[in-house]
Order: sequence, then structure tokens, then C-alpha cells
Amino acid sequence: MTTLSGMPRLLDQTLPRPGVAVDEREARLQLRRQIARLEAELGALFGEAFGHAEVPHRIDSIAAAPRVLDLGELEVIRDRLADRVAEARAALVERKRVEDENRELVERMLAAPQDFKWVRVSRQDLGLHGCGHWHSRPRLGPIGMLMGWWRVKVSSGCPLAGRLEAVDRKDPARQAGHRT
Amino acid sequence: MPAGAADRRMGWVPAPQQGWVAPHIASEFPGLGIAWVEVDAKPGRSPEPVRRRLRDLSDRTYGSQAIRLRERPIPWAYRVFFRQIGLDPDRTRTPVEQLTLDRLHDGGFRSHGLPTDALNVAIVETGVALRAFDADAFEGRLCIRDTAPGESLAGQTAELAKGTLAIADEARPVAMLFGPAAEGLGVGKGTRRIAIAAVQVKGVPQIAVEEALWMAASTLEAA
Repeated sequence: MTTLSGMPRLLDQTLPRPGVAVDEREARLQLRRQIARLEAELGALFGEAFGHAEVPHRIDSIAAAPRVLDLGELEVIRDRLADRVAEARAALVERKRVEDENRELVERMLAAPQDFKWVRVSRQDLGLHGCGHWHSRPRLGPIGMLMGWWRVKVSSGCPLAGRLEAVDRKDPARQAGHRT
Repeated sequence: MPAGAADRRMGWVPAPQQGWVAPHIASEFPGLGIAWVEVDAKPGRSPEPVRRRLRDLSDRTYGSQAIRLRERPIPWAYRVFFRQIGLDPDRTRTPVEQLTLDRLHDGGFRSHGLPTDALNVAIVETGVALRAFDADAFEGRLCIRDTAPGESLAGQTAELAKGTLAIADEARPVAMLFGPAAEGLGVGKGTRRIAIAAVQVKGVPQIAVEEALWMAASTLEAA
């Protein structure tokens, strides 16, 4: 009798659904691990591409203030990061293809400068650091043009360093003409 | 001899005090933690050795390092944590990235006085996120928890959204995590004792946190 009278109360209790909460937390942890891995990958691609190719790396924030994100929000971040990584890889592959083509172009220019009149390829186009370019131009100016004496001229080095410009600090007092 | 006087004479700073993290937050973010040290110091102009140190630091920080910063373990750990809590680390910058960008923009680390300079030196050297509070203004131990409905930062009319991650003392939130501090809890003119707090996230070793706290506190003590 005691057991039967206690049953309605027992049935009214909201018992935790076994497994569900634990699984969701585990899923969130798993997603956070994936986000960490993708962030590392994107950071490496960003560093590799900097100065060579434009790599999309921005992802809009999900929350206005820091908070614990739910499963759906974490999935959105993970998916966007994965997209950015894929786009960054594609941008780097495309850039590599262009650089390889430019390298071949320079080799062909060096072999037959007259076939590439006035073509100019910079070191940057080849993914190289520093200044300089390969420029197909005539020897002796107009005479070379008339005679078909073409050569590839390789410029060397960067321009001499000039004076560094100061940063514009937008000092309101200075702009107003006051001495600080 | 007052407590701590011998330590100060020897150049030591007090051992960090460990704060706590709300259990349900800790279970979501293993490795999240907060620790702080308290130093008898007043805000003010940085002495020449601190400014010289900032200049030395400026000479050692280059643009190429800024690009590769996100590949270094500790800055990367903070970037990851920012993503995981819904912030965009390219908009709301991690402390070390923000300082590095400021260094590139300004042509050097500019002096902002103490305790900011002491914190900046430690942040740039270690990558650990630090912030300063008025140690006499908060009650008990610091913690990281989510806010309850109706809570807000002192001095701000707007309520914090429920579940916002915040640094709190035993009575109220003192600052948003990686966000603004409550009025009266930050370091001000009347501050006589400064608490330097480090927020640790997964991937940031304990030794780096202790080093950052030691570096900032010893700079303040020496000033």
C-alpha cells in the first residue's frame, strides 16, 4: 500500500533523461576540440600566405558578450572555420599556380627575350622576397628596337632606405596649433 | 616587521592566490582558471627603468612576429578560447595581439603609466592575459562564473545578459571576461593596493601564468 500510494509522486518527478545531457556536453567538447584544430590550421595558412595571397580568415562573432555557446552555435563556428580553411587552401594553391606560371614565363623570357617585348615580371610575382624584376627591353634603346636586339634586364636590390615617416597621432592639441 | 616586508626586500612577490571557476563552466572549459597576486602599489607615472624596458621590448617586436603570433601556443590558446565563447579574436583582440598591433601602429610600446606598463610588459613577454583591479574594492576570492538574471556591472545601467561569462568576487561581477570592469573596481587614483589577475585557458601552462604574475608584480614592486 505504501508503495502504491507513493507511485503518483514518483511519476510526477522529472527524472534526468539518461545519457542526453552527458552526450551533449561531450559533443560540445568535441566541437571545441575541432575549433581549436581548425584555428591552428587557419593561423598557419594565414602566416604562410601573408604578403603573397589574400587569405579569408575573418569569422563574425556569434555572441555580443562572452558566454557558453550551445551545440548549434559551436557547429556554426566550426563550419565557418572549416570553410575559411578550405578557402585559404584554395587561395594558396591558386597563388602557387600563378607563381609557377610566372617562373616558367621568366625562363622563356630569358631564353627568347625578343618574343616577350616589354614584359616585366617582379620577384613578388614569383613569390620571392625583396625588390627587383625581370624586364625584357631592347639594347641601346631605339636602335635595339629597330635591330631586334632584345635582352632581359634584371634589376637588383631595393631602393635605398629613406627617412621613416612619423605616425600621424592625430593629437588634437597639436592640430589646434598648441605646443605640447 | 610587517608581513611581506622581508619578501619585498628580497625581491619576491607573494604567491599567487588561486580563484575558482563555477563547476558547470569548468566542466565546459577544462583548463579555465583565474589567479591573482596583490601588491602594495599606487597608480602613477612609470619610472625610467620601466619605460626603458618598454623601449627594449619595442626593439624586439617586429611585424613578422605579429603575423606569426597566432601560431605560438599561448596566443593561439587565447584565440581558440575567444572563438569558443563566441567572440571574434580579429575584432575583440586577445590582450597580446592588441598590444602587438598597437606596437606596430604606434612604432613602439607607449607608456601609459603604472600599473598598465607593468601588465603590458608581462603580457608581451609571456602572452598571458592579465588585468588589474583595486584589491581593496573586491570581496573575498575572485572567480569566473556566468551571470544570473538581473546582474550588472557597477556603474553601468544595462543589465548583463544571463549567462555572460564574468570575473566576479563573492558578492557581484567585477568585470566581463576579457571585457570592461565595473566602476570602482578598476585601478583608480585612490587605489593603494593593486590585484593583478591572470585568466588561464586550456593550453596555457601554469608556469607561464605564474611567470606573468611574478613579472608584473615585481615590476610594480620595484617601481
